[in-house]
Amino acid sequence: MADMLTVRVNGVVMCVPPGFTVLAALDRAGTRTCRTSVTGEPRGALCGMGICQECRVTIDGRSHERSCMTLCQDGMEIVTGD
Amino acid sequence: MIEADVAVVGGGPAGIAAATVAAESGARVVLLDEGATLGGQIWRRDVLAAPKGSAAAWLDRLAASGAEVLSGWSVFDAEPRRLVGFRGIVRFHQVVIATGARERFLPFPGWTLPGVTGLGGLQAMVKSGCDVSDRRIVVGGSGPLAIAVAASLAERGAHVALVAEQASWVQIRPFLFAILREPRKFMQGLDYALALHPGVVRFGTWVVGAEGRDRVEAVRVTDGRRTWRERCDLLAVGYGLVPQTELAALLGCRVEEAVWVDREQRTTASGVFAAGEPTGIGGVECALIEGQIAGLAAVGREVDHLETERFRGLRFKDVLKTAFELRNELRHVPRPETIVCRCEDVRLVDLEPFVDRRTAKLVTRCGMGPCQGRVCGDSLEFLKKWGPNEVRPPLMPTSVGDLAR
Repeated sequence: MADMLTVRVNGVVMCVPPGFTVLAALDRAGTRTCRTSVTGEPRGALCGMGICQECRVTIDGRSHERSCMTLCQDGMEIVTGD
Repeated sequence: MIEADVAVVGGGPAGIAAATVAAESGARVVLLDEGATLGGQIWRRDVLAAPKGSAAAWLDRLAASGAEVLSGWSVFDAEPRRLVGFRGIVRFHQVVIATGARERFLPFPGWTLPGVTGLGGLQAMVKSGCDVSDRRIVVGGSGPLAIAVAASLAERGAHVALVAEQASWVQIRPFLFAILREPRKFMQGLDYALALHPGVVRFGTWVVGAEGRDRVEAVRVTDGRRTWRERCDLLAVGYGLVPQTELAALLGCRVEEAVWVDREQRTTASGVFAAGEPTGIGGVECALIEGQIAGLAAVGREVDHLETERFRGLRFKDVLKTAFELRNELRHVPRPETIVCRCEDVRLVDLEPFVDRRTAKLVTRCGMGPCQGRVCGDSLEFLKKWGPNEVRPPLMPTSVGDLAR
C-alpha cells in the first residue's frame, strides 16, 4: 500500500490509505453520524453515491461537503454534526 | 471552455462504451464523470482491488481510444449544445446521456437512523473503504441487487443475517427463467447464491421498521403472517433502481419514467442520445450495448449489427420490471410520524392534506431540500402515486459563486 494519509476526524488523528473517501475515514473513526437534521436528529450516509446529501460534513472549514464523494487528502480536517 | 464533437455524460458502462466507440471512429470526444474514478456504480473502483473482467477491458479500450476523460465533473445545467458544470462549460455537437440510475428508497419507521443505508449505497461505501468485517447486516428491499450486495458483503467478512426480498418466489420466476437463458448472468447468480448461507434469503419478506438510539441496532421484518426482529449493526435497504432522467428532461427529451429512445438510442431532442439505465433499468450488459449504439450513431455510423443484442436487452428490461414489482403492503409500512422528506424532516402526516406534489412542496417544503426531491420524490411516486418531480436548473446544490461564473 502506498503512503498513508493523515486526516483529523473531529480533532482525532486517523491514518487512511489513498483512495479512501471522507466517509470511509469517518467509518474508521467509528463515527456513523455525519450531520444533524433540521429537527435535531442524527443522520448518516444513505445513498453512498452523492444523491441524498445525508452524509454532509464540514471539510477544511467548507460546510455541506458530501463525505461519500470526497476523497481524503493529507492533512484534511473533517468535522461532523452540523 | 471545452469543445467536443461528442460529449458523454456519465462514466459508467454505457458512457464508457459510448465514448470509446465514438472516439475510435476519430471524433473529438469528452467523457464527463462526477466520480473521482470512472466506472459509475456497477463498476465503481474498489480501493482495495484493481478492476477486473469486462470493466478492466473497457477501461483499457477507453484509455486507448483518445477520448478525453474529465473526472470529478458534475453537470448542473444544460441547454442545446452546451453543458454547464462546476468546473467549466462544454460545447458539443452531439451528447450522450448516460447518467445511470439511483436507488428507490421507501420510508419505514426508523429509516433515518445512522447505519440504515441503501443497498447499492452500502456496496459503494464498502468499495470506497468502509469496513463491514464481522458486522451483522440485514439486507432488504427488492431486485437482483439485493442478492449481489449481500454476497459481496459476505465476501468482505460481514455476517449477513437475512436478505429480505419483498417479491414472492412465484413473482420472480420469470426473472429466474430469463437468467437461465443468459449464461453469464446465470453463473454470476450462482456465485452470489454460494456466497450466502442457505436459508438467509427469504422471498415475500419486507422490512417494517428499524430500531436503535442513535444508530440502528435491530430491524423488524414481516412475511405478512409473522413479524420478527433481527439484531443488526447495519441495515441496507433499496427498492430497485430509478432511471436518472433529470439531465435528459432539462435538454427537452421526452421522459416517461425513462427517457424515450429510438433504435439508435436517439431521444426526441435533436443531437441528444441516451443509453443505459436512463432509458430503463436493464443492467450492465444492456448498458454496454446501448452505449455502443449511442456512440456509433452519434458519429453517424451504422448500428445494425447490434440490433439483436439491443432487443435482448429490452426483453430483459421488461422481465426485471414485472418480476420485482413492489407489493402494495409497502405503502402501509410508514407510520404517520415517519419522516418522508429527510432533507426537511417532513412526516407522512404532514403530507396528508395534499393531493399533489406541488402544493405539498409549497406548504411543507417536502422535496425542497438539497437532494431536490430525489429521495422523497421517488418514494412518493410509489406511496401516493404522485407525478414526477419538476426538473429545473441547477440540477444539484450549487454555490452562488459557481452560478455567477
